Amino acid sequence: MSTTDQKIRILKGASADLSAATYQVCNESHTMGNALRWILMKNPKVEFCGYSVPHPSEPNIQIRIQMYDNLSSLQALLKALDDLENLCNAIGEAYSESLQNGDFERWDEKS
Amino acid sequence: MDVNPRRLVGIGAERISNVADSEFPGHYPNEDNSWDLEKFKRKLTVQVQRLSQRSIEFDLVGVDASIANAFRRIMIAEVPTLAIEHVYVFNNTTVIHDEILAHRLGLIPLNVDPALLDSRKDGDTPTDRNTLEFKLHLECSQNPAFNKSSLTTNPNPSDDDLYINHQLLSGHLQWIPVGEQSDRMTDVGPTTKDIVLAKLRPGQAVDMTLHAVKNIGSVHAKWSPVATATYRLHPNIIIKSPIPIERADEFAKCFSAGAVKVDKKGVVKIDKKGMRNDTVSREVLRDPEFKDMVELSRIRDWFIFSVESESAYKPEQLLPEAITVMKQKISEMRASAMQLSQASEDVPMADV
Repeated sequence: MSTTDQKIRILKGASADLSAATYQVCNESHTMGNALRWILMKNPKVEFCGYSVPHPSEPNIQIRIQMYDNLSSLQALLKALDDLENLCNAIGEAYSESLQNGDFERWDEKS
Repeated sequence: MDVNPRRLVGIGAERISNVADSEFPGHYPNEDNSWDLEKFKRKLTVQVQRLSQRSIEFDLVGVDASIANAFRRIMIAEVPTLAIEHVYVFNNTTVIHDEILAHRLGLIPLNVDPALLDSRKDGDTPTDRNTLEFKLHLECSQNPAFNKSSLTTNPNPSDDDLYINHQLLSGHLQWIPVGEQSDRMTDVGPTTKDIVLAKLRPGQAVDMTLHAVKNIGSVHAKWSPVATATYRLHPNIIIKSPIPIERADEFAKCFSAGAVKVDKKGVVKIDKKGMRNDTVSREVLRDPEFKDMVELSRIRDWFIFSVESESAYKPEQLLPEAITVMKQKISEMRASAMQLSQASEDVPMADV
């Protein structure tokens, strides 16, 4: 199926300025697909964003991004990835803070 | 507890409502709702609730289901662990077939920190960097200390009385350190030593060499670091009109124990802590009188995670590991997207 070892490919039919494009991401699933879809939809410059897993036994997802004002969907994707990383860091920090606070019940679990 | 009604997923007798989040740019007039890290941080709460040596319960409040679900999925399927993958059978005269025994061996959780080893792709040569070696050798025999005369004192002898080594246990795995491994790790073996792998009778024996490698749960569930990793949404019960005093106890019985408290006068109150554990069974909605007095719902962005570790990871390590994996995925995608944007102007488009 895949002829290249690229992680992301732009599928046929994208507009020339990439203001509307479908990206195929290899070796990803709903895990990244849905998270990216959500954060892309949080971008006010994104007109439409959706993702699909075209076939359950192929490890690919497709993300469709359409932009307002002929902006580049690729730049929106890059911004979404940055935002998602910041979000991950924020959750990680909040979690370790809560863990260090020690303000929780500890109990002994018999195995 | 007053919760913004926008955050609630309505639960009716036979339907649920407002399942999806609607806070996107352009949805509400005069509201921004675009991604804002500072705003996100203000709303975010992560609170560990319970921790044991095997499991953790924590609240993740203020994130979308897609994010919470990503972490749940990663914890189950993409955090790497070690498991036995290759089994070399020299002798197996037990009643368990080689392939069944090999499968059972694969499922044994190992107590090795996966960070100490590299993953091994198909076709890679096994080295001390990517493979752990174990020996499994056991022979069953009669117990010479037990003979016919022992039957008079012990007429119902157990297997332990009659035989030596009549059970093949996970604790029989013997780690063979290779190369530098003995410097880098100690006491490698199964997390639980009393898993029965096979039962033996005198004359039966097992002699195997095993290779454990690092991989992820999406390849095979034996590499999954968790027994369970689930979340549920925080329940929310609202009493809209006072409950008749004479039916207060009946009302309380519609909920999980502790969710609804009735005081001496018969006044009904929702207990915040108890509400958390309510199953939202909707029993209360079956009563024609009660059904209009309450509103059942769940809080859409309040995830109560429950994670049980079944691996070398401590339960509190699993979310940080999942975050690390997520960030790896992001940087992998970013590298590729950067390449595309640099090659831009003339991006080659792929056929589907």
